[in-house]
Amino acid sequence: MTPPDYEYLRKLLKDHSGLDLSVDKQYLIESRLLPLARKAGVAGITELVQKMKGGSSSLITQVVEAMTTNETFFFRDKVPFDHFRDSIMAEMLQARAGRKSLRIWCAAGSTGQEPYSLAMCLKEMSGAMSGWRIEIIATDLSQEVLEKSKAGIYSQFEVQRGLPIQLLVKYFKQTGEFWQINADLRAMVQHRQLNLLHDFSQLGVFDVIFCRNVLIYFDQDTKINIFNRLAKQMEPDGFLVLGAAETVVGLTDVFKPFPDRRGLYRPSGARPTPAKAPAAGGALPKVAAVAGH
Amino acid sequence: MQTCLVVDDSSMIRKIARRILEGLNFQVIEAEDGVDALVHCKRAMPEAVLLDWNMPVMDGYHFLSHLRRMPGGDQPKVVFCTTENGIEHIARALDGGANEYIMKPFDKDIVLAKFQEVGLIEVPA
Repeated sequence: MTPPDYEYLRKLLKDHSGLDLSVDKQYLIESRLLPLARKAGVAGITELVQKMKGGSSSLITQVVEAMTTNETFFFRDKVPFDHFRDSIMAEMLQARAGRKSLRIWCAAGSTGQEPYSLAMCLKEMSGAMSGWRIEIIATDLSQEVLEKSKAGIYSQFEVQRGLPIQLLVKYFKQTGEFWQINADLRAMVQHRQLNLLHDFSQLGVFDVIFCRNVLIYFDQDTKINIFNRLAKQMEPDGFLVLGAAETVVGLTDVFKPFPDRRGLYRPSGARPTPAKAPAAGGALPKVAAVAGH
Repeated sequence: MQTCLVVDDSSMIRKIARRILEGLNFQVIEAEDGVDALVHCKRAMPEAVLLDWNMPVMDGYHFLSHLRRMPGGDQPKVVFCTTENGIEHIARALDGGANEYIMKPFDKDIVLAKFQEVGLIEVPA
């Protein structure tokens, strides 16, 4: 890979996904894109870049997806799901007792482990949730991972990382060497393809937003821009859940930390701090939602 | 330091498990079947047992049954680790007193996740 190839890929990824690669991530590009190059029938990264420059939009999409798809697992980091049960749902059961409905957005749903973990948490509370209408919206940039999420089929390795065995037995059906999450839980999650750089106001307003381990890949201005827009999609008493290595502190005042609950934030009601520059992609075109489970 | 008794008739599996568990800061004792494992438990009850199912002399399920009837035998966290990956075996193991279940093949991430699940290893805050 030549330096111009690397710069071309850096700019393309930034423009298409917000992914902000520093100058020394050649190894990451090689590990993710060499298999794609082989599949495309070219010798290496330089040849892959040439093919992309030749106007292959589907190849560009595949490159973006290969670089932005990240591993996830059920009940990842555990603590956010403890917060969901003990803090978020404890409050929401009272705060939403009148309308008995809840909207949850998993803003980087990936292959589905996060939204289905939330679905299992809610199922375990089924007595208290009787008569409630729950919407879990899972979005991701990658259509490929969304398809896997919709199918809800996982390997033996995937169902053993983070998923208690009692929940595996209760909520999954074994088919050969694979495990599929039960249909009633799949029905709880709607899937949409979405680029966080683009307008997402059409999704509506949420009570809870999980946006974990995706913003770490963006530059500061893009993070600020997304936080400001997330705040507009949230009820004033809603909750934002970030990844363990993430924070809003120092970036924006539109959210404030929830006391003693690392990773948990609430809208502060403050005016948004403007980012210095527009997010990657300039003006925000509307993205057509892909409906269905 | 917590102790984990690794019960498996395969010396290779015991070796792999030992490497993973010592890396997770456990003292490891090995047993090659259920009878051998019960002798160790009578001597000193471990905090954890990583337990194969199919073994000669006494299999894992029967070892578990004997363990849970011993004085103090309700204390160890028992995690099955077996090629028996059918739901019937899993359900039988849980009914028999197992705390968790690993379907082979396994790696360090799976052992860590399961040991965190049963409270043997703390989840980082």
